[in-house]
This record gives sequence, structure tokens and C-alpha cells, in this order.
Amino acid sequence: MTKRTRRNLAHVPLLAASLLFIAPFLWMLSTSLKHESGIFAKPGEPPQWIPVTERTDDQGRRLITYQARAGVDLGPDESGRHALSIDGKTVVAWPEDFEIQQRIGLHWANYVRAFEMIDFVANLRNTLFICVSVVLASVLSCSLVAYSFSRIPWKGRDAIFIIVLATMMLPYQVTLIPLFAAYSRLGWVGTFKPLILPALFGTPFYIFLIRQFFKGVPEDLSAAARIDGCSEFGIYWRIVMPLSKPVLATTALFVFLFEWGDFLNPLIYLQDERQYTLAIALQQFQSQHENAWGPLMAMSSVITAPIIALFFFTQKTFIQGITLTGLKG
Amino acid sequence: MRNGLLFASPFLFGFGAFFLYPLVASVYYSFCHYNVIQPPMWIGLENFRELFTRDAVFWKSLYNTLYYTVFSVPLGLAVSIGLALLLNQKVRGMAAYRTVFFLPTIVPMVASAVLWLWVLNPESGLLNETLRQFLRVDGPGWLADEHWAKPSLILMSLWATGGAMVIFLAGLADVPASLYEVAAIDGAGRWAKFRNITLPMLTPTILFNLVMGLIGAFQYFTQVYVMTGGKGGPVDSTMFYALYLYRNSFHYLRMGYASAMAWMLFLLILAATVAVLVSSRRWVYYHGD
Repeated sequence: MTKRTRRNLAHVPLLAASLLFIAPFLWMLSTSLKHESGIFAKPGEPPQWIPVTERTDDQGRRLITYQARAGVDLGPDESGRHALSIDGKTVVAWPEDFEIQQRIGLHWANYVRAFEMIDFVANLRNTLFICVSVVLASVLSCSLVAYSFSRIPWKGRDAIFIIVLATMMLPYQVTLIPLFAAYSRLGWVGTFKPLILPALFGTPFYIFLIRQFFKGVPEDLSAAARIDGCSEFGIYWRIVMPLSKPVLATTALFVFLFEWGDFLNPLIYLQDERQYTLAIALQQFQSQHENAWGPLMAMSSVITAPIIALFFFTQKTFIQGITLTGLKG
Repeated sequence: MRNGLLFASPFLFGFGAFFLYPLVASVYYSFCHYNVIQPPMWIGLENFRELFTRDAVFWKSLYNTLYYTVFSVPLGLAVSIGLALLLNQKVRGMAAYRTVFFLPTIVPMVASAVLWLWVLNPESGLLNETLRQFLRVDGPGWLADEHWAKPSLILMSLWATGGAMVIFLAGLADVPASLYEVAAIDGAGRWAKFRNITLPMLTPTILFNLVMGLIGAFQYFTQVYVMTGGKGGPVDSTMFYALYLYRNSFHYLRMGYASAMAWMLFLLILAATVAVLVSSRRWVYYHGD
């Protein structure tokens, strides 16, 4: 076996594994673009990957088959029965008694239905508002604290830093209940405050991450600036921060991703439908329409797509960040 | 000194408000009957007594969580090491493969949970349809079957092991190539190289991912909440510890009882972590120390 064939053979397990990992995504996308009649399995037939949609005439009316004859669906009446036009005559029939004609094509109606069934614009606005606020607050507060722990010597600093790290050990369930009780006394349950305000006070994990990076910024730069009369805040803001863009970007990215998909906190603190984030809206939608797989997969695709797009543009930042947390720990 | 405290002040304040206060309050609540609406009422050890002697669901949730942890964590390590080894070759398109394996970990958990509900759907899901097509067998009811519900969740967890994989990949890059060269001269085969070089050199990374995996598995919540509508069914077969804790706090408003549960969870995680760290002296190899 030559080196080249061996190299090509390495693709076989990689491709097989890739197929396994990507199949659920393709299944989600395919279902989201399928007409209902293609979503549910017909006995003895293989999984249908290619989306199907309804056939319509030039006026946008659905083509149907009723008792082996082709016709046009004129729409339902109040009782739920449909008026069908067949060979110029009008017949009334229940939906289960006639078949909708299909063709291969993308069935976008699932997306339209998903948007109609939840308050999509409000949910998206809430999610973005929370994500952006928490990202800004976290980057600012964590970098300030990290600056203190890495570039200003003060008594007891290292002992307190150990405490910062130790707080990460405690499972969130321990602090969850007293915090909920406190927010509820303050009247903050049902507002965004419990989701955003804590970010102003720093998160141990990101303080640690940024501190690791700050330690690598040459001390000479600070010393030179100090001689020029620059204040400590000036050094932080105008020298150290601009030099630390990679780690700040990693932090912003991780925080954004976490907030975009966060479930537990919005579940506990948001009560009104109009306040829901996309993640909560999807879960609520799922619990109310368990079998609406087309719209459900449409909704899941809509929530997932921005994250995948973001990943493609920031891949390097991403992988570096993960590696940093794992190995330099 | 003044500047130091000033810059650290957000955390110092936050530490008091979001850590120290809740910590103390949580200890207090765990000895109380507390429903948020009325002030806490001291009942001594009653919460703990009920947990250990009268609450069958508590034991069930503990069993379910341990079952999930015992299978999902080691299997997850095996899968992520396997993927990292596959990726650690000089083949074209490696970045694309890495992306594919990594994507499941960044998808919002609610979306992946809803997606897997559909993949695991007994009648029309991708998994059972594929089993019917290729193996001509009827797959189990997965989440609808109390014996298959936990294995379903374990299977799903293996799909999202990309984070550990990336860390293993970095660990593999740190293995000195000279070790493999020496081994090749000694006539070592692929398995011998893996067993005697790769695996020992990866043990510090395995330790890190093992501890993180354990902590995560003990707190497993979001997926199971979404996939069972917060109920932990069928027949409590997916009632996990964190889910039962959530139900006690926010469905039954038994905040004191849930606080007692939270402390038991902390002790459990602490015990497991310490046990792993103590044992690690025997199996973790630090190169160059």
C-alpha cells in the first residue's frame, strides 16, 4: 500500500463519522422543508430525505385527488370540511378523505406557520437584548477584575483569587433558590434584571480566562505609561485592553453563545410570553404542539442557523478559546 | 492597594451578593420549611430525614443520575478520544471534519433536544426508519419506553462531545513526535504506540475532561427537561437529580427541601471529584515532571 492510498483510506472512517454527526442536522433541515404528508413515515418505505411540497394551480390553489379523480381544493368551511372542485362540480369532503397532490420542492409554509405561532419578532428582540447587554457587561466587568488580579499588586490578592476559582466548584443549584427568593422580594421576577445585572459583577470563569492573557502583556508598557503620567484606568483602557482583543473576543463569543441558548434562567425568571427568549419560546411551542414537526424543525433551524454562521466566521477564536481553557488550566 | 481593590470591586461586591449571601441563606433554608411566599420556618433536620427515609423519588433520581453518569462520561471520553485520533492525521479537509464534529456542542440545547425528540420518534423518527430500512428491525420506543429512555439520552450525549474532542486534539499535538520515532525504531505497531505512548501522554487531558464530564453529568437538566416536558417520564425513568430539584423548587414550591437536595448534590460532586483526583495519582502520567 502506498503512502498516498493510505492517506486516502484515512478519509473513510472520517467520512463515516461525519455522516453520523451531521445526519440529525440534515434531518432537521429536511423535515423543516417538508409537507406534512412527507413527514410521517409510510409503512415499508425508507426515510424520505428529499422535501416535498403541495402542487398548486396557477391561482395558488392546492391540487388534490378525491376518489381517484383530480381536482382543486377551494378551502374549508366552518365545520372543517373542504369544498373540492372536480370536473367543474363542487363536492364537500373531510380532509382525511382526499389526498393532496405532491411534488419535490421546498415547503416554506412550515416557517410561515412557526412565525405565526410564536411572537417571533419579540422573542428575537428579547434574546438579542439580553445577549448584547450581558456580553458588554461581562467583558467590561471581567476585564476590570482580571486587571486587578494580574497587573496591580495588592495585599491578599492571590488569596482572594483562589476564592474566585473556588466559587466555580459550587453547583449552581445551591445559590439558585436564595437568589430566586431575593429577586422575588425585590419584585424582579418577570423582568430581565435577574438575567442581566449579575453580569456587571464578573463571572469567575471569564475573569480567570482574561487574567491568563493579561499576565502576558509586557509590564514595561505599563511602566512607561506611568512615567508619562497615565492613570491606572488609562493604562487598562488604552494599553492593556487594545492589546488583549483576542481574549476579549473569545469571552464575548462564549458569553453570547451561552446566553443565546440559555434555558434555566429565562425559564425561571420570565413569565410573560412577550418576554420569552427564542429558546423558551421553542420549548413552549414544543410542549403545546408536540406533533407539529414541520414548524418545530423550522423553528429549531432558525435558532441554530445564526450560531452555525457565527461559528464559521469565528472558528479560530473559538478553538483557541476552548484549548486555552482546557490546557492552561 | 486602593486601585487594586477599586478594580476588583465589581467582583468583591458580586461575591457577597451572588455567592456568600446565597450560600449562607441556602444552608439556613435547608433546615426550614420555605415556600417563598411565607417566611422560612425552622424544622431542623426534617428535610434531610424525609429525603433519606421517605422519598422514593429522591432515590430514583439519584439512581438515574448515577446510571447516566456511569455510562455517558466514559463513553463520551472514548468517543471524543476516537474522534481526536481520527482528526490527528495529515489528511486534507481536516478543518471541515473538525467543524462537523464540533457543531453539535454549540447548538442551543433546546434546539438539539427538540431535534433529538424527532430523531428518536418511535414511528417516524430518523433512527427507527433507518433501522427498519437497513436492518429490517423495529427499533424500540426510545424515550417512550422506560427501559430505553436513559440509553436514548446517553446516545444523544455522545453526539455532543466535540468540546472534549478539541481539548484532546490539543493534547495530542503536545505529544513529542520523537517518542513515536523511537518506538518505530523498536518496531512498535500502531496499537503498541497508542497503548504505550499516546494514552499515557493523554492522561492529564483525560483527567481534566473526566472531572468536567462528571460535574456536567451530575447537573444534567436542560435536555431532559425539554424532552420530557419537565416531567421526567415515563414512570420517572428520566427523573434526574437536577430535574427533581427543579420540580421541588418551582412546581411544589418546596424551597427548603430543594436547598437540602442542592447541598447533597454538592457533597456528591465533591466526593466524586476528590475520589477521581486521589485515584489520578495512580494513573495520570505527567511528562517531564
